[in-house]
Amino acid sequence: MHPLASSCLTLNEWVCPAYVSTRSTELRLALLQHIELTLESVLLAFALSLPLAVAVRRSRRASEALLEISTALYTVPSLALFALLVPLTGFKPITVVIGLVMYALTVLVRNVLTGLAGVPAEVVEVARGLGMGPMRILLTVELPLAVPAIVAGLRVATVSTVALLTVGAVIGYGGLGNLINDGFTNFFKAEVLTASVLCVLLALAFDAALVLGQRLLTPWLRGRSS
Amino acid sequence: MSVWQATISWLTTAAHWSGPEGITTRVIQHLTLSALSLALACAVALPLSLWLGHIGRGGFLAIAVTNVGRAVPTFALLSVFSLTALGFSNRSVVLALVLFGIPPVLTNAYTALRDVDPDVVEAARGVGMTGPQVLARVELPLALPLVVNGIRLAAVQIVATLTIAALVAGPGLGRIISQGFGTHNNGETVAGALLVVALAVVVEGLFALAQRRLRPSQENRNKPSGILVADPS
Repeated sequence: MHPLASSCLTLNEWVCPAYVSTRSTELRLALLQHIELTLESVLLAFALSLPLAVAVRRSRRASEALLEISTALYTVPSLALFALLVPLTGFKPITVVIGLVMYALTVLVRNVLTGLAGVPAEVVEVARGLGMGPMRILLTVELPLAVPAIVAGLRVATVSTVALLTVGAVIGYGGLGNLINDGFTNFFKAEVLTASVLCVLLALAFDAALVLGQRLLTPWLRGRSS
Repeated sequence: MSVWQATISWLTTAAHWSGPEGITTRVIQHLTLSALSLALACAVALPLSLWLGHIGRGGFLAIAVTNVGRAVPTFALLSVFSLTALGFSNRSVVLALVLFGIPPVLTNAYTALRDVDPDVVEAARGVGMTGPQVLARVELPLALPLVVNGIRLAAVQIVATLTIAALVAGPGLGRIISQGFGTHNNGETVAGALLVVALAVVVEGLFALAQRRLRPSQENRNKPSGILVADPS
C-alpha cells in the first residue's frame, strides 16, 4: 500500500479514504444489515398498520385509545425498550425488529387514520352508488386517495427507523451502529464518522425513494404543488 | 430465578441505591443534565423561533431542522462528540442533548406563532401596538400552549437521548442498563430500563399537566394543532 494512503489511518483522522478502501467488506456487510433490518421493520409495521387503522377507524374511542398508546410509547427511550425485550427474545435480530416495529407502527397507524379520514364522503357515496362493496371501496377508492398521508407516515417512520437502528448495537444487531460502537470503543475516528455519515445518507436515500414512489403511485397529483 | 425476580431483587438491594454509581446519584445526574440541556436548547430556539414566527419568515428552516434532527442518529452524534476535543465529558453529552432538543422547540414555537389568527394581529396593530408589543401581549399568550408543547417534546427527547449517552460512557440512568448488558445481568438491565421509563413518564406527565393548565379556553381543548408527536429516540 502507498505510504501516504495509510497515513490517515495511523494518524487516526476523521476523514480517511484508506479506511473505506481497506474495510470495504465490513462496511458493506454493516450497510446490508442496516438496510435489511430497516426494511423488515418498516414493512412489517406497514403491514400491521393497515388492518389496525381500518379496524379502529369507525370507533372514535378505539382510535383515540390507539393514539394514546402510541404517544405513550414515544416516551419510552429505545435503549430501555431493547433492554425490556432482551429477556423475552434474546440477543437476536428479532429483538431489534420488534422494538423498531413498535415505534414505526405508531407513526403509520396515525397517518393511515388521517389519510382515510381525509377521503371526501361524497366520493365514497358515489362509489357505493356504483354498487361497490366496502372492501372494494377501501382498496380501489379510499386507500389510493390516502396515499399522500400514508407516504408521509412511511417517510417519517423509515427515516427514524434508520436512525434508531444504530442503538441495536447493544444487542449486536445495529447495522452501521455496530461500526459506530466498535469505532467508539477503539477510539477509531474514521470508523465512527464513516458509519455515521453512511447512516444519514441511507436515511436520505430511503426518503428520496419514497418520494419517487409516491409520484409514481399518484399520477393525478403530478404538476400540483404538494 | 426469573427475570422479574432478579429485577425485583436488584431494585430492593439497598446498596444499589446509594454511592457514586447508585440509583439516587444516577437519577440526580439524569435530571440535572436534562434540565440544563433543555434550558440551553430553549435559550437558543425560543428567541429565534419567536422572531421568525413574528416576522413570518424562515418556515423552511423550521421544517429542515426537524428533518435533519430525525435523520441524524443520536448514538452517532454522541459518539462523534466524545471523540472530539470535548472528550468523554458531560460537556460533549450536553452539547448533543441541546442539538436534539432544539428542533421540537423551534418547530412548535414557529408553528404556534404562525397559527395565531391574522385578524387578531391586525386588530392589535390597528389599536397602535408596536411590533414587540404585538408579540408579547397578543401573539405569545395565544401561542403559549403550543410553545409549551414543543418544550415538552424536547424534554422527552433529551431524557431519552441522555439514556443512549450511556453507550458512550456518559452519565445518567442509562448506565444501569449498559452495565447490565455488559455483565449479562438481566435483572440489572431490566431494572435500569424500568427506572428510565418511570423517569421519562414522570417528566412527560409534568409537562402535559403544565400544558393542560395553559389552555386558554374550553373550546380549544380538543382542537389538535401543530406537531403533537415527537420522534422516538
